[in-house]
Amino acid sequence: MVDTLDQIFVLAKHWLVGFAPTAWQPIFSILLSVGAIVLTFPGLFALTTILERKGLGRIQNRYGPNRVGPFGILQPVADGLKAMTKEDIVPRAADKVVHFLAPLILVGPVFLALAVIPVGRNMAAIDIDAGLLFFFAARPPTELAVFMAGWSSHNKYSLLGAMRAIAQMISYEVPLILSAVSVVMMVGSLSPVKIVEAQAGYSGLFPHWFLLTPWGLAGFLLFMIAATAESNRSPFDLPEGESEIIAGYYIEYSGFKFALFFLGEYIGMFAISGLGITLFLGGWSAPLPFLTWIPSYVWFFTKLLGLIAMFIWIRGTLPRLRMDQLMNFAWKFMLPMALLNLLAAGVWHLMPPGLARWAVGILLVAGPYVVLGRALFEGRKLGKRTYQYAD
Amino acid sequence: MTPLAAYLLLSSFLFAIGLAGALTRRNAILVLIGIELMLNAANLNFIAFWRYAPGSEAVIGIMFVLFSIGVAAAEAAVGLALIISIYRHYKTTNLDQINSMKG
Amino acid sequence: MSVTFVILAALTIASAVAVMTLRNLVHCALALTVTFAGLAAFYLQLGAQFVGFAQVLVYVGAVAILIVFAILLTRGSEPPTERIFSSSWAIGAAIAVAVFGLLAGLIAYSRSLTREIPPAPTITVRQIGDELMSRYVLPLEVIGLLLTAALIGAVIIAMREEAK
Repeated sequence: MVDTLDQIFVLAKHWLVGFAPTAWQPIFSILLSVGAIVLTFPGLFALTTILERKGLGRIQNRYGPNRVGPFGILQPVADGLKAMTKEDIVPRAADKVVHFLAPLILVGPVFLALAVIPVGRNMAAIDIDAGLLFFFAARPPTELAVFMAGWSSHNKYSLLGAMRAIAQMISYEVPLILSAVSVVMMVGSLSPVKIVEAQAGYSGLFPHWFLLTPWGLAGFLLFMIAATAESNRSPFDLPEGESEIIAGYYIEYSGFKFALFFLGEYIGMFAISGLGITLFLGGWSAPLPFLTWIPSYVWFFTKLLGLIAMFIWIRGTLPRLRMDQLMNFAWKFMLPMALLNLLAAGVWHLMPPGLARWAVGILLVAGPYVVLGRALFEGRKLGKRTYQYAD
Repeated sequence: MTPLAAYLLLSSFLFAIGLAGALTRRNAILVLIGIELMLNAANLNFIAFWRYAPGSEAVIGIMFVLFSIGVAAAEAAVGLALIISIYRHYKTTNLDQINSMKG
Repeated sequence: MSVTFVILAALTIASAVAVMTLRNLVHCALALTVTFAGLAAFYLQLGAQFVGFAQVLVYVGAVAILIVFAILLTRGSEPPTERIFSSSWAIGAAIAVAVFGLLAGLIAYSRSLTREIPPAPTITVRQIGDELMSRYVLPLEVIGLLLTAALIGAVIIAMREEAK
């Protein structure tokens, strides 16, 4: 009974595929997986927009949208209707073909990236040997689409925002991939399905998630910071800073294309959170051994909602980073930390389990953090925090 | 025509296009783009041979292509840095005007 | 020759020709990206998964963006006012046609290309990793050194010199 509930979508897919003639079955199966992804994640996107606006509103001591539907729940419907019926303005000096293609090239690859993430037991749409590499190879078209959007609008601020966005994205791609490499080193495989299976065991009450090891915690934090930067979310949202260059590279987009950019950004956020869950938080496995009767996809989406809530919380709390602070942080702090995390993971793997391993692990992770932090603060004259009141 | 011959013909056509572009365009960056295209055509050649006539050790083909990709990336970086530096001096990337050795 | 080969070949050749003949430099760079993606699709069709994904990651993700940055830093994004082909274009085109003719002739008249097709070699990522760490560790270290030297060199060459 528990297993049936867990595998209910897989069984439903097999049953539906049985209706097709044998020659067409692979195509039908892929189409069903694609349909499931295309139905689920935009639905999650709609839920996230309303959660974000109400959450940010509460953090900023105001109500969020509360006019459409009870507690504003139907706001995404209103937003969708607005986006679809708004006039589509293309600037006269814009490069029409590139201007049209940019949102499409942004949205397509992020949906591709969602295909390799195991949403539940046996529920990854594509299970290939080099799945993680496929995920990371779906990011560059997004960066190029950002450039295309910024350049084709023939607008100085748009181009400036696009250049900043690309510089930020390629700088933070390196710590992102390096912190994933430490997990790959421990598991020995690039396939997300195998990475989740390696974390599905329990020792006593504690799951074998990589988050619960020193290098895993550091790797998870690095991965999440890099993921925030890759998705251009606050505090790394200088390229689309609403108070600075008014939406940066998508200034000149209106109506449905703007909604596509919005969709692409959020689905990218889901994809990279999904990868973080797969790599560090154990994918679809339950946190405690006596909770495994809850289906695997419920656990995955719970963790995904938790990470989204964390993203919204950080957005509402932290101020925006300046461009040079951002780049310094990526190259001078996160890259050395990611490399040293790799070393810590290797040492953890080679030492026998016990208290010594924990001590060495914590030392190898916390030591460089303190040293690098001190070294990077050397030349600045940061005095005591002072407050100025409007008297 | 065997599949291998088809791939080799395609890769030599891409090579010829890259060569033509590198030899005829005026802009320095397009010459570099032509060189990158030539390197890619050679990589396609290697992978076609890896698939259709691997020989005893099949992994050599993959290794060669991986290192070729790495070297091409390094060369593109240095080449573009040189072009930017030359642009700063001559204020143009037009190769017909960058024709004096005296700086 | 299957349908996918013909379609992908047409796309790749069309974008390669577009790279070399378009006026606007940024359009050329974007067409180059399409060419790289077409080649990655070829690698995936031939069964070389790792190389295909590495091609997208390195070429589309890094080299194409490098080229775009260089175009923008050298003011290449405005449409050129003069002719785009250099004055000696006929010789260049003739050389390219001669090279292609030579290669095509070699391919058409080669007798060793008509052997039967062996089954596809299966190289897993684990095998590539093992080989890189055992037999090919020297080229790996050398290419690491080369990339570091290229990184430092490119930064130094393109750095703005302070007025002395």
